[in-house]
Amino acid sequence: MDSAPLLGSLYVAVAWLAIALLALISPGNAFFARHLAFPLGALAGLALAAFGLQAVWSPAEQMTLPLGLPDLPFHLRADPLAGFFLMLLGSVATGISVYASGYFREETAGRLALIGLQYHVFLASMAFVILADDAYLFMVAWETMALSSYFLVTTDHRQPAIRSAGFLYLLIAHLGALAILLCFGVMHGGKGDYTFDALRAAGLTPLWSTVAFLLAFFGFGAKAGMIPLHAWLPEAHPAAPSPVSALMSGIMIKTAIYGMVRVIYDLIGGVRWEWGILVLVVGAGTTLFGVLYALMQHDLKRLLAYHSVENIGIILLGLGMSMVFIGFGHPAAGALGLIAALYHTLNHAVFKGLLFLGAGSILHSTKLRNLNDMGGLIRTMPKTAFYFLIGALAISALPPLNGFVSEWLTFQTALQAPVLQNGVVRSLLPLFAATLALAGALTAMCFVKVYGIAFLGRPRESGNAAAPAGGYGHDAGNMERFGMAWLAAGCFVLGLFPTSFLLMLNRVGVSLTGQGLSNEALESNWLWLVPTAAAQASYSPVIFLIVIIGVTLLAFLLVRHFYHGRVRFADPWDCGFPDQTSRMQDTADAFGQPIRHVFGPVFLMQRHMPAPDDRAPRFSLKIEDRHWYLLYLPVARLVGYLSSKIGLLQRGRISIYLLYSFLTLIGLLVFVR
Amino acid sequence: MNSAPAIAFQILQSVLVVLAAPLLMGWVNQCRAWLQNRSAPSVLLPYYTLAKLLHKDAVIARDASPLFRLTPYVLFGCMWLAAGIVPVLATGLPFAPAADIIALVGVFALARVFSALAAMDIGTSFGGLGARREMLIGFLAEPAMLMTLFTAAFISGSTQLATIVDTLAHREFAIYPSLAFAAVAFLMVLLAENARIPIDNPTTHLELTMVHEAMILEYSARHLALIEWAVAIKLFAYMTIGFAFFVPWGIAEAGNWAALPVALAALLAKLALAGAGLALLETLLAKLRLFLAPEFLSSAFLLGVLGMLIHFLVSG
Repeated sequence: MDSAPLLGSLYVAVAWLAIALLALISPGNAFFARHLAFPLGALAGLALAAFGLQAVWSPAEQMTLPLGLPDLPFHLRADPLAGFFLMLLGSVATGISVYASGYFREETAGRLALIGLQYHVFLASMAFVILADDAYLFMVAWETMALSSYFLVTTDHRQPAIRSAGFLYLLIAHLGALAILLCFGVMHGGKGDYTFDALRAAGLTPLWSTVAFLLAFFGFGAKAGMIPLHAWLPEAHPAAPSPVSALMSGIMIKTAIYGMVRVIYDLIGGVRWEWGILVLVVGAGTTLFGVLYALMQHDLKRLLAYHSVENIGIILLGLGMSMVFIGFGHPAAGALGLIAALYHTLNHAVFKGLLFLGAGSILHSTKLRNLNDMGGLIRTMPKTAFYFLIGALAISALPPLNGFVSEWLTFQTALQAPVLQNGVVRSLLPLFAATLALAGALTAMCFVKVYGIAFLGRPRESGNAAAPAGGYGHDAGNMERFGMAWLAAGCFVLGLFPTSFLLMLNRVGVSLTGQGLSNEALESNWLWLVPTAAAQASYSPVIFLIVIIGVTLLAFLLVRHFYHGRVRFADPWDCGFPDQTSRMQDTADAFGQPIRHVFGPVFLMQRHMPAPDDRAPRFSLKIEDRHWYLLYLPVARLVGYLSSKIGLLQRGRISIYLLYSFLTLIGLLVFVR
Repeated sequence: MNSAPAIAFQILQSVLVVLAAPLLMGWVNQCRAWLQNRSAPSVLLPYYTLAKLLHKDAVIARDASPLFRLTPYVLFGCMWLAAGIVPVLATGLPFAPAADIIALVGVFALARVFSALAAMDIGTSFGGLGARREMLIGFLAEPAMLMTLFTAAFISGSTQLATIVDTLAHREFAIYPSLAFAAVAFLMVLLAENARIPIDNPTTHLELTMVHEAMILEYSARHLALIEWAVAIKLFAYMTIGFAFFVPWGIAEAGNWAALPVALAALLAKLALAGAGLALLETLLAKLRLFLAPEFLSSAFLLGVLGMLIHFLVSG
């Protein structure tokens, strides 16, 4: 049983591949894909979570697969960091797979078989990314992951918008992959050995290790969705079917965080504080940008995608602080920052998965994705509404759910700032904490908007059609509900029992930085979360929850006991104006109006206001991302220009091409002798 | 620490805050009436109002969801919880380590989110309007609040309220410049978060200006009573947070019965002064236009940040 976690994880990944292939059989009715593939995939995910958990607590182990190219076999390794991410992948994929088995039930057989294939190849490739112990297998798995998710994004490829979203995704994914490849090239330094062990031992000069860091940060950042490489997220996430959006936003962008931590902390090593400052600045920008643009959206899935951008920013803030502390020689505070970042990674996977599944249930049942058309869904879909509320409270970082714990840990990391020697950096760290505080409060506003507009209020009429009398849609099916309940339970477990996860992450921190949390932090029992010392800070979510439920119940009982429970039902107060319609409610765009007012310069707005004497007044508002005009379109034009110049070389005549070959040969002979 | 006297202190404080909060409200109203040359209502008026509301039948809109009926209890629970964390009478309360200042801000945020959601539940235009404005003020006030709290946290090297108060109460009487900035910022946040002038007007029902009142327009009877009571507890809690940070003298240790009368007297004096000061501020200031609120609160935020930077400059 020595190599149980590694071997077990390998079996799970192979099982996912097998399920992918089996999904293709009996194409007539896709029996396997319809009824068995996704539940089996979910079971495999559960097993992977268990193996991952085991790997965190076991010593690192390696193995070599007799696969790959001659003299270039695949190497696998399971250590605490990989184990943590395997657990994340397995546990979140379990919920999403169960949900998917309900969600995809009505697909036609051909499409279903293809989805089943791509979905499980996608899962397996993510497992291999985490298990890989050489650059070769890592890149193969990384590219498989990009391609399989590309095909999933373009499931509805007949729509041109979805095809172009898929193209953008593929483009940025490959830019990132190129940078990662170059990063491995820099670290490898021409020795011909691409195993991670060899890369670890490379011993780069500070200049080259900074180059490697920049390439890794850029490459993995492109996959994670940090600015300015975020443009694919709000396009690709809405285009994909909802369980796939949940997988991509919940897990896939986390593999980029895994890659970042693995390469920067483990392979390059010798973390410098200047790198941390860069990560912090980018992280703060990403956080604020993501949440402000999320507040402007009225397409539910686009909004969630922008929140993924924001949360990647929060993770980067944690990582950046950790790098600053390690760079200045305070590994204990550095470990705390790393733990906060990884905890947020796991939390975001859970609640963002849950929110995307909820959005999927709304889309499935009502065919609506524009918030401005929804309203009153809590009456037709009460159970979905309940799970979505948990996700919304969790992402808004409200105690006692899980989002709060990781933001709390990030704040505690920032509050370690007085130990730093450099005065400028010391006073900068709290400013990044201020960014985090602002983003947290803005997130709460955004989810009040989402929940209030979609689930509360009265059904709005869409376009000219009146709203249906009984409201829109019906509640989600059993499988969908189970998937959401699984992740909602995750929000509670991660929020209420943080200490056990803290101990787990501490092992990851020790394995990467050589030092973990203080003894006082490690000896606290499950009830108390203590990051450094009890006199400095402590938090007990269980007591918190018990007290809040207790006093709420006490208030209820006291009121009921001393007074009465009499209720009369009436129409809402109409302020003396009886002809109220549901269109008089706030819309999603109206809710964002204060933000447009306060943060106006951030947005690129085109607003058309009707004149007072307009007979048919129309109001229109278009908000665009500045990055398109400042970065993407100039780069696209430059590429177009360069290719048109290079195109001049192509004359289409054999003799000219032969001349090129001849000149190249001469050139080579001159230089290479 | 978790001895029986400490637990007794905890219960005593929690009950005291809940029962005394409407009195503070009545005192503020009375002072304001005096300052404005009106004949003042009884200081006990909030209790009469609560009793009246509790006796009435609740009227609820037909399509209200369970969230709407749950929210008043959640609000009341959140504020009660906050009253248990803040060292009002004594430090070292057994429940205090369960939540530090960041969690305290989280409790207020939780209450704010629930009240905004409940406002949007009925689907009237006022509810949405109030919720939107409340969240606007909230997202500006919350970071400002955290910054002022962090200033104190940096001075004492802890985010535990009890530790902060212990550090600040047992220092020699020296004025920390950073704390002065933080105190001004905190005062601005207190006004905004408690829906007082100049950000909101607790007595208005004018459509164009109301924020908090717009959110609770659909509530009646016992639900309204609980919300009003929660508002009073919130004001009480905020004031005592301010005392704990900026004028912590006189506070007792949990379980130390001998110090209790002094602590009670000190609390009473501080509250009387603070309530009168609040009434004075509300009389002197005019309500700001809604879109001046961001400027007001961002200056609070900047003051908090400045306080923190000054702390680093002075200490480092």
